[in-house]
Amino acid sequence: MNILILGAGQVGGTLADHLANEAFDITVVDVDEARLQELRGRLDIRTIHGYASRPDVLELAGAKDADMLIAVTPNDEVNMVACQVCYSMFQTPMKIARIRADSYHTRSTFFTKEHMPIDLRFNPEHVVTEQFTGLLRHPGALQVLDFAHGRVKLVAVRARHGGPLVGHALRVLRSQMPEMDARAAAIFRRGRAIPPEGDTVIEADDDVFFIAAAANAPAVMAALRRVERPTRRVIIAGGGHIGEQLARTIELEVSVKVVENNPRRAAELANLLDSAVVINGDATDRELLLEENIERTDAFCAVTNDDEVNIMSSLLSKRLGARHVMTLIGKPAYVDLMEGGDIDVAISPQLATASTILQHVRRADVVRVHSLRRGAAEALEAVVHETSKLAGQRVRELRLPPGATLGALVRGETVLIAHDDVEIKPDDHAILFLTDKRRIPAVERLFQVDVSFF
Amino acid sequence: MHLSVILRVTGVLLMLFSIAMAAPIVVAIIYGEEQALAPFGLAFGITLGAGAALRLTPRSTAELRSREGFLITVLFYAGLGLFGALPMYLAPGLTDTFTDAAFESLSGLTTTGATVITGLDELPRAILFYRQLLQWLGGMGIVVLAVAVLPMLGVGGMQLYRTESPGPVKDTKLTPRITETARALWYIYCGLTLACGVSYWLAGMGAFDAICHAFSTVAIGGFSTHDASLGHFDSAAIEAVAIVFMVVSGMNFGLHFLALRKPRQYLEDLELRTYLAALAFVAVLVTWTLARLDATPQPLREGIFHAVSITTTTGFTTTNFSAWPSFAPALLLFAAFVGGCAGSTAGGIKMVRALLILRQGLREIRRLIHPNGVFPVKLGKDVVPDRVLDGVWGFFAAYMIVFLALVCLLLGVSSLDFVSAFSAVGACLNNLGPGLGDVALNYASLSAPAKWLLALAMLLGRLEIFTLLVLLTPAYWRS
Repeated sequence: MNILILGAGQVGGTLADHLANEAFDITVVDVDEARLQELRGRLDIRTIHGYASRPDVLELAGAKDADMLIAVTPNDEVNMVACQVCYSMFQTPMKIARIRADSYHTRSTFFTKEHMPIDLRFNPEHVVTEQFTGLLRHPGALQVLDFAHGRVKLVAVRARHGGPLVGHALRVLRSQMPEMDARAAAIFRRGRAIPPEGDTVIEADDDVFFIAAAANAPAVMAALRRVERPTRRVIIAGGGHIGEQLARTIELEVSVKVVENNPRRAAELANLLDSAVVINGDATDRELLLEENIERTDAFCAVTNDDEVNIMSSLLSKRLGARHVMTLIGKPAYVDLMEGGDIDVAISPQLATASTILQHVRRADVVRVHSLRRGAAEALEAVVHETSKLAGQRVRELRLPPGATLGALVRGETVLIAHDDVEIKPDDHAILFLTDKRRIPAVERLFQVDVSFF
Repeated sequence: MHLSVILRVTGVLLMLFSIAMAAPIVVAIIYGEEQALAPFGLAFGITLGAGAALRLTPRSTAELRSREGFLITVLFYAGLGLFGALPMYLAPGLTDTFTDAAFESLSGLTTTGATVITGLDELPRAILFYRQLLQWLGGMGIVVLAVAVLPMLGVGGMQLYRTESPGPVKDTKLTPRITETARALWYIYCGLTLACGVSYWLAGMGAFDAICHAFSTVAIGGFSTHDASLGHFDSAAIEAVAIVFMVVSGMNFGLHFLALRKPRQYLEDLELRTYLAALAFVAVLVTWTLARLDATPQPLREGIFHAVSITTTTGFTTTNFSAWPSFAPALLLFAAFVGGCAGSTAGGIKMVRALLILRQGLREIRRLIHPNGVFPVKLGKDVVPDRVLDGVWGFFAAYMIVFLALVCLLLGVSSLDFVSAFSAVGACLNNLGPGLGDVALNYASLSAPAKWLLALAMLLGRLEIFTLLVLLTPAYWRS
């Protein structure tokens, strides 16, 4: 598949990286030659230097043969014009654009073929805010991801001493707590995946990914580590787009303080927010944090647009006694460096965005994709069609590629955890976990319509 | 330095290369040349075995970095040059020493076309075919071939490709994937070779000669199956075919690719226009000189043919042009220094670099007139980045220094006169082939050290100096 990426920024670069490693043909367009040179030296992609919305540049970049356009330049308007140009002049079938400004989203009729032909819009800030919100609602989790409109959750937890299940085999989960339906999808021990069998013993400091119906998720978490108090007090460092959205989403549930450095922006935020308290100051200022009772804070979220400030303020808050710190980190190298140390959870906006795009490049009928562990693993929700090899099989009979686990099935409104005797029926949504991304083609083939069927 | 990866890749390439020794066996069987079977069979076995042995190096998941690309490319050429010499060394009565065989083999792979073998007309066809095939493989580049057919190179393919591709801008891609780009180039190359072979055949060459000469024409090589080179045929039609295909092969193959979709690209390309103008200029000047001094009965035919053959660095001849009067031989030799276009199979400094140097000279003049003026160097509509201009100057300086140093060394290790030594180094560094004076016809009379020195010059020229030069710096080997 030929994919054209406009914009070689952090999101564009990460996408190019992910997709080029998955055997897609990638062309990246940007006005910054230095950025392009860096990408070109590292990845097997083609780069074109020029303005991404101009027809001549797009033609040079091969828009005629492109199967998909991903417009992720920093400018909403450039992204929209590029999609329009590709639609009108080159008939590019699939057009995806990053649109940040909410006001474009207000009229549902706007993004249609007659007006602005964009097939899929996304806003990385929304995606990131969703991740933060999920984590705040499940204190102690490393990652909380939704499938089937929130009916199924994939939760990643680091097992700790004191959790009832720690030190026991997985099958104990089922025998001791039969009312709690869940399935371990993967276990990572010291960074390496081990297959979750019935007799696998969970050790402290394992990262356990489990799939459960939304209502059961907190109980399963409680089995793996001591129950955490629910989050009540949150400090958000950084009042940019993400900080504002996050504050607005949670200010009615918990007590929120937003620390913003720029006085004018702080005043603006105070007008926009209702119950959240806006504090004008530096999030890396020790005195300021102490004044705001950092030691009694349940969650500290660093979401400024500066990685270094985020990391430093998070380390400082943790040292000063914040219970959980979650940090927005753009540079992948920093994510590896920080996660698992003092910083409880590092969230990368690029990875979150990459997941959104990946679900559209999969060859199966995929509803949702979440890219995990910096792109090495993947969880996906796919529709089982009548002609697929899976339909009609029982879970026990399944032959999945190594590293793949079937976690749950969603049939209409009901969630079925994939125990051995469950039968897969056509139109089920299957939720799979893959510890090794190289197996994706094999998984795609499982869901694909059998060729011999025709 | 990931030595195991490097050895593994080299091993796979050697195994692939052994096919080039199997092909002449088929030729030998067709023409019933039993004396050629043993050398090629033996060489095939040795190369395949050595490749397989190297391939046994433990597998490593490490990815190639751009630094290792240089070593691999040089190993490819040096390794293939030495193993490629085996059949010629083993064939009875062909070459006296391994030096001669290696010289011939490297001359082929680097598309130089300088030869130490005389009496070509009597040789078995298998050996003749093999020499032409070597040139053909080296023409588009063995690294490009490796990238096109060896999926194991992966991302490292780009790093490798860069070390071999001729021209100032090393990382232009025609398609998103480097493998696809390499394949596209080879498809065009094969297509051109086919068209050239058919044209030769229609122009009256025998089928065997047509295939062999198509190989060396499109590769801008210059090997022939006859001592008299293309002069053997004495046919205006054959020379016309050669001229057309030498000109076309001296163009940028990337441009051919783009023009397949949009033929207007040819007209818009500034390097191509300069290249054609330069060819025309040299042809007119040489023809005029020949006609004025009444040096040959056919000044037009010989003038145009040699102007194209020498300027593109092919090195086909129909007469002994080094005996021409006045400045004609010197002009041709100097024109070969410029050579063909970037991204072609030709040697030399490349037209685009010459053009950029010229433009910078003009810029200095304009700066003298307008001291505060801002004058970017442009190529067509595009401004050339300073990084590229610096690279061009660095290359030019290195090329000249290497050239002068090699001339001095050659004068030291051989008994050649200055003109012969000067032209020999020039002809080898530019991958041209025939020189002037003592080396006008062949290089057989040179001493062994002189031959090795010239073989080094060919390799330096083919890899555009830096790929080889960088290996000689201590900083490269420091981890």
